[in-house]
Amino acid sequence: MKKYDYLLLRFGELTLKGRNRARFEKAAVEHVRALLRPYPDAKVRREFGRVYVDPGSESVETLIPVLQNVFGMTSMSPVRAVRPELDEIVRAAGELIEAMELTEELTFKTNVRRVWKDFPHPTHEANPLIASPLLKRFPLLKVDMHDPKLELRIEIRDKAAYVYGEVIPGAGGFPLGTNGKALLLLSGGIDSPVAGWSALRRGLEVECIHFHSYPFTSEKAKEKVIDLAQVLAEYAGKVRLHIVPFTEVQTSFTQMGQDNLMITLMRRSMLRIATKIAEREKALALVTGESLGQVASQTLPSMNVIERATELPILRPLVMTDKDEIIRISRQIGTYDISILPYEDCCTLFVPKSPTTNPNLRIVNKVEAVTPNLERLIEEAADGTETIELFAGGSRLRREETDQEADIKQEWF
Amino acid sequence: MSVMLNFDHAASTPAHPDVIRTIAEVMAVHSGNPSSIHRSGEAASKLLERSREVCAEALDVKPGEIVFTSGATESNNLAIKGVMLGRSDGRRHIVTTQIEHSSVYESCRQLESLGFETTYVQPESDGTVSTDRLLAAVRQDTALVSIMHVNNETGAVQPIEEIGRRLKSLDSRVLLHVDGVQGFGRLALDLKAASIDLYSVSAHKIRGPRGVGLLFVREGVRLFPLLSGGGQEGGLRAGTENVASIVGAAKAFRLAAEGRTERAAKMKAFRDTLVKEVRLHQALTLTEPIKPAPHIVHFTFPGLKSQVILHTLEELGMLVSAQSACAAKTEKPSRVLSAMGREREHATSGIRLSLGDEHTQEDIRLLSEALDKAVRRLAPLRGESDN
Repeated sequence: MKKYDYLLLRFGELTLKGRNRARFEKAAVEHVRALLRPYPDAKVRREFGRVYVDPGSESVETLIPVLQNVFGMTSMSPVRAVRPELDEIVRAAGELIEAMELTEELTFKTNVRRVWKDFPHPTHEANPLIASPLLKRFPLLKVDMHDPKLELRIEIRDKAAYVYGEVIPGAGGFPLGTNGKALLLLSGGIDSPVAGWSALRRGLEVECIHFHSYPFTSEKAKEKVIDLAQVLAEYAGKVRLHIVPFTEVQTSFTQMGQDNLMITLMRRSMLRIATKIAEREKALALVTGESLGQVASQTLPSMNVIERATELPILRPLVMTDKDEIIRISRQIGTYDISILPYEDCCTLFVPKSPTTNPNLRIVNKVEAVTPNLERLIEEAADGTETIELFAGGSRLRREETDQEADIKQEWF
Repeated sequence: MSVMLNFDHAASTPAHPDVIRTIAEVMAVHSGNPSSIHRSGEAASKLLERSREVCAEALDVKPGEIVFTSGATESNNLAIKGVMLGRSDGRRHIVTTQIEHSSVYESCRQLESLGFETTYVQPESDGTVSTDRLLAAVRQDTALVSIMHVNNETGAVQPIEEIGRRLKSLDSRVLLHVDGVQGFGRLALDLKAASIDLYSVSAHKIRGPRGVGLLFVREGVRLFPLLSGGGQEGGLRAGTENVASIVGAAKAFRLAAEGRTERAAKMKAFRDTLVKEVRLHQALTLTEPIKPAPHIVHFTFPGLKSQVILHTLEELGMLVSAQSACAAKTEKPSRVLSAMGREREHATSGIRLSLGDEHTQEDIRLLSEALDKAVRRLAPLRGESDN
């Protein structure tokens, strides 16, 4: 027999948002649907102003980690639904506690909500009627009315009684896309996927842009970025990745005899190309994984000079975050192991021995003015952009495609 | 004799037809070296990683915890020597048992010649190692406990879960290596729940190719590599990978894991039939572990030498084994049976029947018949060939 019948999802911050509530709830439910796409049997229901997921033939345990990625969701609880009769409720509650395999004392209280007024016991009677057989059966349970570790909630409606206790934390933030769309500069490193996740979590719809300098960077480097974007797609349900052929722009700077400005020039061109793509895709901001002072291009003077290349706001979710914390999140969201694969991205190419930490805007402007055909090369790079769409649960499909290209047959395994 | 039936699957199994086809196809298409960075190399590297994922799934571990080797002998060597040579905390003692496979036993002997110490724990008379006895041998300077899941000669199943749990609460810094060669694909074993740090498996015992094995190395366990070179297998095992065979082995591991419950049930029924047959003959002594593996039946025929019984059964069309295959060619009494306290006349007359996937009810009937014939033929000759 399965332990739970439904998952109850809670959306905390939404209630703060008054008139936006309906829109936010709709976005959250859409996000739930997108994440559940690989599990077609699971169904989302909105009832009594709550969001329930009916797992269908899936197990609730499979869906919990998937749904923990729903942005805007503060917590969820696995729920037992039983006939609204006292014996049934006590039995279900007993099974939930049994599943916790108590080894030490646990404080608890019951919290009955009687929505169906024909239920024969009023709330003040129902509470002790449910609690006392549990206390008898589980000697480790101790009642604590004020600050219990386990609050066993029982909601009695005419068709069913819902019994639940466990509260599983959710990702928090805002429902996906409720704060508009932004374009994430995605490198192969540790920071930018974390910045992308933070942006998603804060209710932004994110598209990704990556700069690829083949053959200076390998196909593997590109694969790695697709894999990173795929992880973001697992959170977002869907992510578009724009891959920019950056070789021509990048090599044009190597002729200019300004090695120490190389990175500054490169980053500015990236922003210019990203701005064009953002405008095309109607994204209102750029998102980067920059963290203040981390490398030469992320000092304040560098940021100052680089940022002037775009008129779009640049959102830097990690700008004040320490590297340790960024690494912690990247492990948690599952991008770390991909990020540390040793394939170079274009930012690590042609890196001068001593990149400047304090670029001179006047000189930068002058170099750009005399770099042959820079405007045209930037235009061509933006036009030559290849776009890939990635979906939640799509990693297997994508793998099978690349395997096929490599003459690998699935039936061999 | 026209039919020749193989009842020596604990020694090696015929490869699964799908495994053979896979290996042939991969070999025909892919000739790249996984370390090359061109597309042919990348394809080979992808094949290798897919195989690793499939094996990881079969063992319910992470892909990064799988090291491909040339077989269980290498896996056991790497586990034991790798732990002992890699350890720098002054622990220089190994606890193992007297019934291990020679690759474990000899690895420990070799380490002794380098100044390490080993305690070889004696099994109980039924062939099972008692957890109490094993743990009593653990000292303050013990670095490793190495024990097999299923004994390859008697089929005795060792209490791995209990050992793992109690070992870690006794001293969490002692690593646990389990030789899973005979257990994998026949018995359930949750590597995590049993706190196993290292686990050896071989492909050819489960219908895969020879020349491929693997060692599960729990994340965080550090080993001293035995083969140095190009840093393959996460630096633990240098040498260009045997890609086609590894892909075939991955398939075999997957099939073995997926079909385990059914296979075990079928084998157990056959085993029960054979056990009954052995019991019918007073001349035979059934070896009865408290918990027997489903695919091994072992008995002794005191008064005769294993070889004589084996060749008589061979004449009757049945391939069986004396001791473990690796030790079968010597005429010495079985190390395992001696450790169990069996007298010499038992320890020199052991016969192992081991079952495989393709056996049918009819095969079992034929084997029972042949066994009966052999006993009738040999029983009157007892005593003459005894030592």
